[in-house]
Amino acid sequence: MKETVVEDPVGQEPKDKASKGKAAKGTAPKGGGSDAVLPQLGVLGMFRWAWRQLTSMRTALFLLLMLAVAAVPGSLFPQRPSAPSEVTQYLKDNPVSGPVMDWFKLFDVYSSPWFAAIYLLLFTSLVGCVLPRAKIHAKAMRSAPPRTPKRLSRLAEYGTVTIPAGSGVDAETAVRDAAVVLKSRRYRVDIRDLDTERPSVGAEIGFLKEVGNLIFHTAMIGVLAAIAFSGLFGYSGQRVLVEGETFVNTLASYDKFTPGANFAGNNLEPYSVQLDRLVVKYDRSTEAHYGQPLDFTATLTTKDGPEAEAKAQTLKVNDPVGIGGTNVYLVGNGYAPVITVKDGAGKVAFQGPVVTIPTDGAYTSLVVIKVPDAKPEQLGFVGFFLPTALVDEKGVAFGSDPDPFNPQLNLNAFTGDLGLDGGIPRNVYTLDTSKMTEINSRNLDAGGIVLGPDQSYTLPGNNGSISFDGIKRFAALDIRHDPGQVYVLVFALLALAGLMASLFMSRRRVWVRTGNHPDGRTMVEFGLLARGEDHRLAGEYVAINKALHAKWLVPMDTAGQNGEQGQSTTNDSAQGVAAASKDH
Amino acid sequence: MPEINEGFAQLSEQLMLVAGLAYAVAFCAYAWDLVTFNQAVKKGLADQTASQTAVQHSESAVLAGVGARGTAGQDLGSGPQGRGVRPSSKTHGGPDGITAGDSMRYGKERRVVARVAVALTVVAAVVQGFAVLFRGLAAGRVPWGNMYEFCTTGSFVVAVVFLIVLTRRDLRFLGTFVIGLVLLMVVAASVSFWTPVGHLVPALQSYWLIIHVSIAVMSSAFFTITFAMSVLQLLQARREVSIASGKKDKALVMRLVPNALSLENLSYRINGIAFVGWTLTLMFGAIWAEKAWGRFWGWDTKEVWTFVIWVVYAGYLHARATKGWTGTRAAWLSIVGYLCVVFNFTIVNMYFSGLHSYAGVGS
Repeated sequence: MKETVVEDPVGQEPKDKASKGKAAKGTAPKGGGSDAVLPQLGVLGMFRWAWRQLTSMRTALFLLLMLAVAAVPGSLFPQRPSAPSEVTQYLKDNPVSGPVMDWFKLFDVYSSPWFAAIYLLLFTSLVGCVLPRAKIHAKAMRSAPPRTPKRLSRLAEYGTVTIPAGSGVDAETAVRDAAVVLKSRRYRVDIRDLDTERPSVGAEIGFLKEVGNLIFHTAMIGVLAAIAFSGLFGYSGQRVLVEGETFVNTLASYDKFTPGANFAGNNLEPYSVQLDRLVVKYDRSTEAHYGQPLDFTATLTTKDGPEAEAKAQTLKVNDPVGIGGTNVYLVGNGYAPVITVKDGAGKVAFQGPVVTIPTDGAYTSLVVIKVPDAKPEQLGFVGFFLPTALVDEKGVAFGSDPDPFNPQLNLNAFTGDLGLDGGIPRNVYTLDTSKMTEINSRNLDAGGIVLGPDQSYTLPGNNGSISFDGIKRFAALDIRHDPGQVYVLVFALLALAGLMASLFMSRRRVWVRTGNHPDGRTMVEFGLLARGEDHRLAGEYVAINKALHAKWLVPMDTAGQNGEQGQSTTNDSAQGVAAASKDH
Repeated sequence: MPEINEGFAQLSEQLMLVAGLAYAVAFCAYAWDLVTFNQAVKKGLADQTASQTAVQHSESAVLAGVGARGTAGQDLGSGPQGRGVRPSSKTHGGPDGITAGDSMRYGKERRVVARVAVALTVVAAVVQGFAVLFRGLAAGRVPWGNMYEFCTTGSFVVAVVFLIVLTRRDLRFLGTFVIGLVLLMVVAASVSFWTPVGHLVPALQSYWLIIHVSIAVMSSAFFTITFAMSVLQLLQARREVSIASGKKDKALVMRLVPNALSLENLSYRINGIAFVGWTLTLMFGAIWAEKAWGRFWGWDTKEVWTFVIWVVYAGYLHARATKGWTGTRAAWLSIVGYLCVVFNFTIVNMYFSGLHSYAGVGS
């Protein structure tokens, strides 16, 4: 599809196609009952016509540009696979247009039928283009260079050499010599017409250009197939791990698990990963970037299986840990304040680290605590964790630094029904307060709960107490298994190699024709022709010209003069040997 | 992590300022060169007085040039489909007198102002090179970690690539456009994108930053040059048609510019190189994404636009082999591709949320 060759079956006249199109449309419904003498196409003809349309260069180009346009909306609107919560928010904010856009799959652009239609048509068109071209090229590679043109002087580059009389090189030897010269320049050569007065050699080089072109396009199909393959057999999962916690690679221990279509649950390696520590470093050296993160390092203890030896490993951003055929990535982090909640009866109803969601660079983190075991009524807390709390002039606390210099919990408390018993799955990071009563907040007399480390607070109305016992960090891990991606890489590399061959190599033909002059000299003329654009053809002319002169020990500078003399005495059609006075 | 050297950072910014000023003067010199050329041609035409013959001359020449399209092309098999022009780099020397020679080689006449402009560009590029170097030394890393640095390093690469091409071909007529764009980039970087020197965020701490971003910057530099050539190609093609239809030559300065076809051929070659560079950008980006985020492709906004740019330029390369899409339409595709590059760099970096949000602007 890259460059059009003369035999290219797809490079047709557009007019031609248009008339064919009309013919097809005109005859199909009438069924041959009309006066117009139009050729019957039939079902096969229609199919052939449609195929030809699809595999034409213009259609391919059109589909390619369509693909570019179709990819754009995916960057304008939030996409479900990467940002599902943003999509939900968008639908909430745009109750009228949102569902319509959703119907058009504008939130799932890259898995939408219309996007698939474009790339599948494009790849079909590509196959339809590559197959015939491959066939033609295979034939061209096996056949001899085309016959020598009558008039070499009409070629893009043309030159002559005159071998002086008495050198012992006749026309036949000269042709063989020229073939040797061209062969040493890696041309494929074919000597012909030896038994005539004008023997010649045809030579061709650069078959790899078209091979590269075909490889590029075939490899693109390979890339698509490999991506599809990795979608079938891979899986990915997320897990939030607080310092000290251990993750065992089983389905149940994932927070979220996305299997490929052909994934079977039993092929998870039972390895384990324990997060010992997460160390975060912030920039303290420059004023401009004060507090900007510099380094996240997680120290892990991993085991390949339940009985395997424990290994200490380091996990960093940009530096995943490979274990059990999967890669573990560090994709997020935050604070998990350790909290103890006692209920009205004085019993510990909740104890442990609470994973919070950081919302800004100062790690102002959203906290939601649900205590379903509290009695007499369930308890819920919602608020913020601030690593370094400062108070503004209105008395509102805000986070000012990501490091825990002055950690503080700011919470509102609720009692009532958490809504967890109905069996409806609830987001752990949101609190449904519709069936609950607020007992602590800035707007109430009781006020909001403000806790520093090792402080505790007694809830109003005999509802128990809450204490802030310490701070841990958590790491958000992505675990991925993608058996197809290595094939994607292989095909991509193949495509790259093919692309470079097809763009930077040149396909050229050279013909050399010789003849014996009656005065004993041997006249040689040669012409070069490029297939496709070739700005280096002139350079190749110079090189061949030099090599031929060197072969017969003919001095370069006198070549032009000899040519002119030759023309004045040669009576036959020495084919523009005269034109030797080229501007090279 | 090495200490930030504030002294080097300041030196870098001062050098950048000097380079910006030098580019501004060079830009004026390139423009002046065009103006003096325009006046010289006008004077030359007036001296000829025989305007009638001049029109006839140029008309026939253009007809010859245009007629070559779509005739001999196919049986010779040279050039893109439907083109009869031999792409081999022979010196034709602008036979028609209305465009410069299609060889784009240096002629005999001395254009003093143009020489001054090139000399100024060299000075500016050297100074900017030091500015970029000291920015890197100040931070102790490669100087392309935020938009200010992408833009300053990128404009430096554009200028260097332009100068390298100048050593082989006389593209000084492009100077106003290319150095104008470089100047624009330097000004935009210093005014809108300025970020104090700092360490890299963890997500960027990878050797892939060096590979992926440098190739992206380099390809963008090539795209910048072909963008300028494609714009000129459109202008020249319009002018050629207008003159061929017997109208007066209104843009005499365009005689300095090669004909539309040779502009197209050269920009095709450069775009071919840039396209391979962009393919590498995409591939290295995917490899890095796999290492950093655990997936090689996730349709992140930046990935989407990198893909769009790749497809548009792939379309451009195909257009050159499609009947009815060569010439003007291909030039438009090249321009659209470049606009996508600019969009990807500016709008996507600053206003779209995504994993590639390292602009550092406004933080």
